[in-house]
Amino acid sequence: MSYYAGIDVGSLTAEAVLIDKDRNIAAYAILPTGNNSQKAGTDAFRTALGQAGLAEADVSRVFSTGYSRARVLQAEDSKTEIACHAKGAFYFFPHVGTIIDIGGQDSKAILVGKEGRVINFAMNDKCAAGTGRFLEVMAGALDVPLDKMDDLALGSKEELTISSTCTVFAESEVVSLISQGKAPADICLAVSRAIARRTAGLVTRVGVADSLVMTGGVAKNRAVVKILSKDVGHLIKVPKEPQIIGALGAALFAREENGR
Amino acid sequence: MTEFKAFSKMKELMTNYYIEAKTTKEKPIAWITSGAPVEFLFAMDIIPIYPENYAAMCAANHQSIELMEAAEAAGFSQDICAYARTDFGAAMTQGGPAGGLPPPHFLLCSTNICKTVIKWYEVLARNYNVPLFIVDTPFLHNGLTKDLIDYTVTQFIALESFLGNFLGRPFDRDRLTKVLSLSREAADYWKKILYLGKTIPSPFNSLDSFIHLGPIVTLRGTRECVDYYKLLYEEVAERAQKKIGSISEERYRVLWDNLPIWFKMRRLERFFEEKKCTLVVTTYANSWGGLSNFQANEMNDPYELFAASYLNVYINWGFENRIKYLSQLIDDFSLTGFIMHSNRSCKPYSVGMYCLQGEVSKLTGKPGVIIEADQNDPRVYSDAQVETRLEAFIESMEPVS
Repeated sequence: MSYYAGIDVGSLTAEAVLIDKDRNIAAYAILPTGNNSQKAGTDAFRTALGQAGLAEADVSRVFSTGYSRARVLQAEDSKTEIACHAKGAFYFFPHVGTIIDIGGQDSKAILVGKEGRVINFAMNDKCAAGTGRFLEVMAGALDVPLDKMDDLALGSKEELTISSTCTVFAESEVVSLISQGKAPADICLAVSRAIARRTAGLVTRVGVADSLVMTGGVAKNRAVVKILSKDVGHLIKVPKEPQIIGALGAALFAREENGR
Repeated sequence: MTEFKAFSKMKELMTNYYIEAKTTKEKPIAWITSGAPVEFLFAMDIIPIYPENYAAMCAANHQSIELMEAAEAAGFSQDICAYARTDFGAAMTQGGPAGGLPPPHFLLCSTNICKTVIKWYEVLARNYNVPLFIVDTPFLHNGLTKDLIDYTVTQFIALESFLGNFLGRPFDRDRLTKVLSLSREAADYWKKILYLGKTIPSPFNSLDSFIHLGPIVTLRGTRECVDYYKLLYEEVAERAQKKIGSISEERYRVLWDNLPIWFKMRRLERFFEEKKCTLVVTTYANSWGGLSNFQANEMNDPYELFAASYLNVYINWGFENRIKYLSQLIDDFSLTGFIMHSNRSCKPYSVGMYCLQGEVSKLTGKPGVIIEADQNDPRVYSDAQVETRLEAFIESMEPVS
C-alpha cells in the first residue's frame, strides 16, 4: 500500500504525519526541533514510520512545510505553512472559514474558501509577541510547565494585566508581578489574555467567518482558546492534535500531487 | 537583472556625473531631495547631488549598517529614516562608496516626498554651514487645487531669487524653459518604458526599473538623460515586440508598492524568478514618469505646469487617490496580485497600508500581501519571515490565463 508523508519543521517543534492513499492518518510524531532542523525532520519522519511499522520505501511522496521546509532531505517539494494549515484544517472541518494558527514564531489568521484554498491571510509583524515562543518564555519566567499553564489560568481568581506586547518587556512585567506576590494562576491568565488580544487583531483583519478553527501548538492552551473565542465572538474549534495540522496538510498535498 | 545593452551607457553617464561633481572647481554643488525641482539647478549650471541615491548605493553595496551605527552613536534615533541615518553616518566617518559625496554649497529640499527631509536638511545645513531652501509642497488630501498650485508657484519665484542672489547673477528663465522641456521629454520616455510592462510577458521588471532609475532621478533636464532613455526605450520596445520576458517563465504578474529593499535586490530577484513571478510595475519608479503627466497645452504658464507635476506625486496623495491608482494599475497591467512593502523608514509611504490593501483587494478581486522591511536597514529584515509571507501570497494567486 502506498503512503504519503508531510514533515513540518518549525522554529520550536518538528512534526511528521503519514497518511494512506485513502487519506487516513496512519501515524504521527512531534519532536523538539533543537539545534539541527534537518535532523529534527528526519527524526520526526522515522519516529512516525516506526509507529506505523512502515519503511521509507512504503512512502511514495513526501512534502515539507514550516520554516525549515527547504532543508528537509526527504521532501520532493514544499508548501508554505499557510497553505498546509488551511489544507489540514479543512480535512477535519470541511466548513472551516477562518483558521487561526499560532506556532513557535508566527501567528496567523487565514481566510479559506472552497476546498481549503487560501483566500487571504494576515501574519504577525516581525516580533514574536503572542506566539508560542512568547508562551514558552512566560512559562519559564513563572517556572510552570508549558502544558500546565491553561489549567492554572482557568482557576484564576484575580484579574491582572500584562500590557506590553513585546516578549522581552512582557517577561519583565511577569517577573515584577511575581515579585509583588501575585498568584501564578492569575499571571497565567493575564499571559493568555495578552496572546488572545494580539491574535484577535489578526483575525479581524482577514475577516471572521462563521466557522473558526485554531491550529498550532498554542491551540493546546484552553485558556487562550476560550478568551480568543470570546474576543472574536465565535466559538473556536480545535482539532484533537492541533500541532500536526501543518504536517498533515503537507501530506495531503503530497498525495494530491501524486494523483496528477 | 535583465540584460540591456543600454546598461553600460548608464554606468558611463553616472560615472561621468559623479566624477564631474567630485572634481569641479567652477560649478557649485547643491544637495537635493529626490522629488525636488532639479531643473532650476541645471538652468544655472549647478550640479545636483542626491543624498538619497547615495544612501541607497551604500545599502546596495552592503555598507549601510556601519554608517547607520555611526549616526545612531551620535544620537540619531533608529526610528528615523535609514537614508538619513546612512547619510549622516557617511558624512561623519567619510565612509561609503567613492569616498563620500562632494560637500554642498547650498541645499534644496522639497516636502513632496516626506516631511522628514525638513529636519534632515536642517541638520545638513548646520553641519556644512550652508543655506537651505525648502520648497513646501502641501499634501493633496483632496486632489490638486488651484490654490495649491499658486502657493507652490510663489515658492518657485522665491527660489529663482534665492539662486540669483546666491550666484550673483540673474536667474536664466529662458534656459529653465529649455531644461524643463528636456526634463519632460526624459520623464515621458521613462513612463513609456515602464508602461511597456503591460506586454505579457513583461519585457522589463521592477528590479530593472530600480537599477535604471539613476538618470531620471539625478539628471532629468539634461540632453544626456533624454538620449539615454530613448536608447533604453528602443531596446525594451524591441523586447516587447518580440515577446521576450524579463524572466524565463512568467506565471504571476504583480505590483510592488513602496521603495525597493536595496540590500536584498539580488536575493529577491532570484526568489521571484524561481517562483515565476514578475514584479511588473511599481508606484515608486512610476513617480518620475508622472512628472510628464500634465501636457504643456493644459496650462499656459510653465510654472503652473511645473508646480502641478511636483505636487502630484503618488506619495503626496490622499488615500482615495492611492486606492484608485493602485486598482487602475492592477487592471491596466493585467496583474495577478500586489505586494506592499511596509517600509519602516518611510512612514508617509507605509501609513494606512492595511486599509489600502483591503480596499484594493475588494476593488480588483486580486490578493495582496504586506511585508515588513526597510529600504536601507538590514537589521530590521528577516529573510525567512518575508519569504514565507511572499511564498504564501504567490500560492494564493491565480496564475495568468
